[in-house]
Amino acid sequence: MSHATVDVSALIGPYPFRELPHPDPGTLISVLDREEIPRAWVGHLPTAFHRDPRKGNESLYRDLVPHRSRLDPAPTVRPDWPSWEKELARAVDEGAAAIRAYPAHWGLGPEHPSLVDLARACSKNGLPLLFTVRFEDSRQRHAIDVAGDLPAATVRGVARAGTQARIVVVAASRAMIEEIHWGLTPSERELVWYDTSWIWGPPEDDFAHLLRAMGAARFVYGSGWPTRLAQVTRANLTLLPPDLSGARLADPTAWKPY
Amino acid sequence: MKDGLATPLAGPGPLIDVHAHFYQQGSGRASWRELNASRLAAGDRIGISWHVGSILGSWGATSPTYFQSPDDTVSGNDAMLKVQESERSRVRAWAAVNPNDTDFALRELERCRRRGAIGIKLAAARRATDALLDPLMQYAGEHHLPVLHHAWQRRPAAAAGQDPSDALDLCHLAGRHPQVAIVLAHIGGGGDWSHTLAAVRDVPNVYLDLSGSGADRGMLDQALDAVGAARLVWGADLTLETGLAKLWALDVIGVTPADRERVRWRNAASLFPPGSFPGLSA
Repeated sequence: MSHATVDVSALIGPYPFRELPHPDPGTLISVLDREEIPRAWVGHLPTAFHRDPRKGNESLYRDLVPHRSRLDPAPTVRPDWPSWEKELARAVDEGAAAIRAYPAHWGLGPEHPSLVDLARACSKNGLPLLFTVRFEDSRQRHAIDVAGDLPAATVRGVARAGTQARIVVVAASRAMIEEIHWGLTPSERELVWYDTSWIWGPPEDDFAHLLRAMGAARFVYGSGWPTRLAQVTRANLTLLPPDLSGARLADPTAWKPY
Repeated sequence: MKDGLATPLAGPGPLIDVHAHFYQQGSGRASWRELNASRLAAGDRIGISWHVGSILGSWGATSPTYFQSPDDTVSGNDAMLKVQESERSRVRAWAAVNPNDTDFALRELERCRRRGAIGIKLAAARRATDALLDPLMQYAGEHHLPVLHHAWQRRPAAAAGQDPSDALDLCHLAGRHPQVAIVLAHIGGGGDWSHTLAAVRDVPNVYLDLSGSGADRGMLDQALDAVGAARLVWGADLTLETGLAKLWALDVIGVTPADRERVRWRNAASLFPPGSFPGLSA
C-alpha cells in the first residue's frame, strides 16, 4: 500500500515515436485501481510536441469529462506563445490541478524570462508548475526527437526566481534531483518536489539514499504512465529498506482544494 | 525464495535472474559489500531463486570496464566465483573475458568453468561480428555454455568507452555459431529495443533478457510478439525494481501461467549446463 493520493505524472494520448498500448483515460482509471491510487493529474502527451498547445488542451479537457471524479487535467501552457495568459486562465476555469511546461521542446533555455513569468502566474493562481525531464531514455530517441532532456539549470533558474510557485519535476533520476536540490537555498528547496518514476532502487538504492538525504516530503508519487510501466514506482516503494518502509511521500492534494 | 521469509513479491515459484552483477574490493566503490548485500536482500524479497552474476574486472578502477586487463579479468572472475562459493544456494557465476587476448581468454574460461562458472559473459571489447570471438564461441559450444552478450539496442557507429554490439551484430554471431545459445543483454538497458525485436525475430538461438532500467510500456508486449515466450529470459541487471515491475507487468498483459514460468526460469534453466540450478529442471 503506497498511501499515495495522486499520480502526478500520468498522461493520455499517443506518443509520436512508438506505439503505446491503450493510452486512454479509461485504461488509466484501471491502472489507478490496480495500483490503488485514488486520482491522477493528467497531461496530454501529443501536446508536448505541438507548437501551440491550445488545441491539445481542448482535447484533454474533452477526453477527461467522463472521468473528472478521478482525473484532473494538467494542461500545457507555453509562456513564449502569444496570449498564453488566456490559456492559463482557461486552465483555471477548467479546474486544472497543475500546469505542464516543456521548455526543452520549445527551445527555452535555462533562465528564459518567460518561464519565470509562467511560474509567477501559476503561483498567483495556486497551480503547481510541472516540468518533465524526459519521456524515454535518451539513447533510444528518434532522429527527429532532438529536444534533449530538461536541464537541471532550467529548474534551478525558475526555483531561484522567488515566485513562490510550487514546482514538480517528473522523470528525473538521482543525479539531476541532487543537482537541483543542493543547488537551492533551504527555502527554495521547500517549493520543489520530485516524482518517483525514474529513480533507481536496489542494489544501487538511489531512492533510499534520496529519501534519507532529502526527506520523503520532497517526493510525490508519479508513474510516468503511459510511456513507462506504472508498476515501477510500486516496486520501488515496496523494495525500500525496513527503516524507510513507512516513509510517506508528500500529498499534493493538500496543496489545492479539490 | 529462502525459507522463513514472507510471500515473494514476484509471486511463488522459481525465478532466475540471468543478468546480475556483483562488485569486489577492487571495484573502486567503497560500498561494494553493501551493494552485493543489497542485491541479495532485495532478491530474497522479490523471490529470486538464483542470481547468475558477473563482475566485469575492476569496473573501471584499474582498467576500463569494457576493456579489462588480464589481471582485472582474473580478479573479477575470482571475486565472482567467491560470491558463488559463499552463496552456493542462490548465486551462479558467468565467466567474463575480454576476447582480444584469445589464448588468455580461453585459459581463463577453462579455469573458471572448472571452478563452477556456468556461462560466458562477453561485453564490448570487440564487436560480435569480429572473428576474434569465434574461438570463445567454439569453446562455449563444446561445453554447452550460454553466452550473455552485452548489447546496445541499435548501437551508434561509435560509443565512448566501448565497442558495443547490437542485435544485428549478435545475429551475425548467432549465424556463425548456431549451436550456441546467445542471450542478448538488457533490452531495457538503453537504445532502441524495437530495432532489436525486428532483428532477432527469425534467429532461433538468440534469446532476449528483459533486464535494464528501461521500463517502457509496450516493450514486453512487442517482445512477446517478436520472439514468443520461449525466447525471453528474465533479468534485472542494475535495477531490481524495474525487474520486479516487469514481472508484475507480465501478469497483466495476458501471459499464460505456462509462458510466465518459461520467462521466469524454465527458458534460463534450459540454456545452462545440466545441474546448474540444483532443484530446478527445465
